[in-house]
Order: sequence, then structure tokens, then C-alpha cells
Amino acid sequence: MLLATLFESGVDIKHYMILATALFVIGVFGVLYRKNAIILLMCIELMLNAVNLLLVAFSTYFGQADGQLFVFFIMVVAAAEATVGLSILVLVYRNLRTTDIRLFNKLKN
Amino acid sequence: MIFWLLGGLTIGTALMVVLSKHPVRSVLFLVLTFFMITANYVLMNAQFIAIVNIIVYAGAIMVLFLFVLMLLNLNKTNEPKGSILMTFGAVIAAGGLLTVLVAAIRDAVLAPTMIDANSENAGLVENLGELLFTKYVLPFEVSSILFIAAMVGAVLLAKRDKQTQE
Repeated sequence: MLLATLFESGVDIKHYMILATALFVIGVFGVLYRKNAIILLMCIELMLNAVNLLLVAFSTYFGQADGQLFVFFIMVVAAAEATVGLSILVLVYRNLRTTDIRLFNKLKN
Repeated sequence: MIFWLLGGLTIGTALMVVLSKHPVRSVLFLVLTFFMITANYVLMNAQFIAIVNIIVYAGAIMVLFLFVLMLLNLNKTNEPKGSILMTFGAVIAAGGLLTVLVAAIRDAVLAPTMIDANSENAGLVENLGELLFTKYVLPFEVSSILFIAAMVGAVLLAKRDKQTQE
């Protein structure tokens, strides 16, 4: 029993919850700290992956496969989001010659 | 203990993504982070998700990011820098969020685990495929529409610029 040995060897589900929380908070910190728009998109991917990790951990903990399918759909949405976001960024770079997030407020007018 | 080693490496590489000044180095550290998360999936016997994570994230999405970074010719010299006040605020906000979430998780009462003889096979491709095409067949089809919309959007955004130049 592989799963039983994992969860009985001192590794609790709460350890995975704290690991996923730490990854998510690192992503939030990156979004607040970095000013490059491409790095911001990467930090969003990091946050999505933290959620994926938590979903797989709970799916394993409860022995149900549903959580892993949600991970699958999150990956689909992340791929679509990265495609559209990056193409918008390339367009903005062609106009402004920068990817600094603070210059994007020129979109207001 | 392999969990502690993997968890520490995951958090360390994720921190390097945020803290390294060079954007390309940041992307490469993110690929490393995805490999560490994949190792966590293998540890939890979610084999299909582990393979898909490598193929889709490390293989496709990160290569897309790397291509865009190289196309835009971003490097350390023209990397935008934030003010010290914003850095201070980001540290305070992230630290506060981490404290609140960990404090909430510490007091959480969880249902007992339901691992039985069948849950060994829960993450295998046979079981996941059967569930995907019976219980979750509608979200599966809707996600294909989402993909078409994203593809059309990307092509449209890339093409419009060419028309305005003419």
C-alpha cells in the first residue's frame, strides 16, 4: 500500500496544505513585488500550480479521482490564459517598447 | 524524509523565480519548480497528472514564455525596478496572508482519510479516462470551445498589427 505508507510516515495532509499555501503566497508576493508583466503572468502560473498541488493532495487523501480531473481542467484554462495574455503583451510591447506594468495605466484614456 | 526534501526544494525554487533579477533565469527556475511539483505528484501516485504536468507546463507553456522573452529581447539592464515602499508593502501583505492562512489551516478539523484497496488506481490513466468521458464529458467539450476561442483570439491579436501597418 503505497498511499498508506505515505500518509502514515509522518506526512499529514496538513503538511501538503501548508506547502501549497506557501507556494500560493510566493505567487502573490511575486505579483506585488515584480514590475515585469511577463513575470507577473509566471507568478499567476505559480499560484495555479499551488492550487493544483492541493487538489491532487486531497484527491489522494480521499482516494477519489475527481480532484485530479479538476487539475486537468485548470491546466487547460492556464494554457489558454497564457496564450492570450502573452499575445496581448507582445502587442503592448510593440506599442510602448516596454513590459513595465506601471506604464500600462496609459490604457485609461 | 523525501517529502521534506521535495517541499524545501519546491519552495526554494519558487522563491528564486520571484527574486532572481534576470527574466530568463526566472523562467528556468519556474521550470525547475514545475519539475519539483511533478515529483510531488509522483509521490502521491498521481501518475497521469505528473506526466501531463511535465508535457503541458514545463514543455509547452514555459517554452512559450521563453520564446516571448527572447523575442522581446528583455534582459537585466532594462528590467523595471519597483520602489522600496512597494517592496515593503509586498512583504507585509504576503507575510500577513501567509500567517492568516497557516493559522486557519492549523485549527482546521479534517475528515478522516478514505484510502482503500481501489484508491491505489485512482490516479492511473484508465480510471481518469473513464471518469473524464462519463461524469465530466460536458466540461471536457466546453474546454475544447475555450481552446478554440483562445486560439482565434491569439491569431487575431497577432494579425491585426500586420493589417494596420499596411
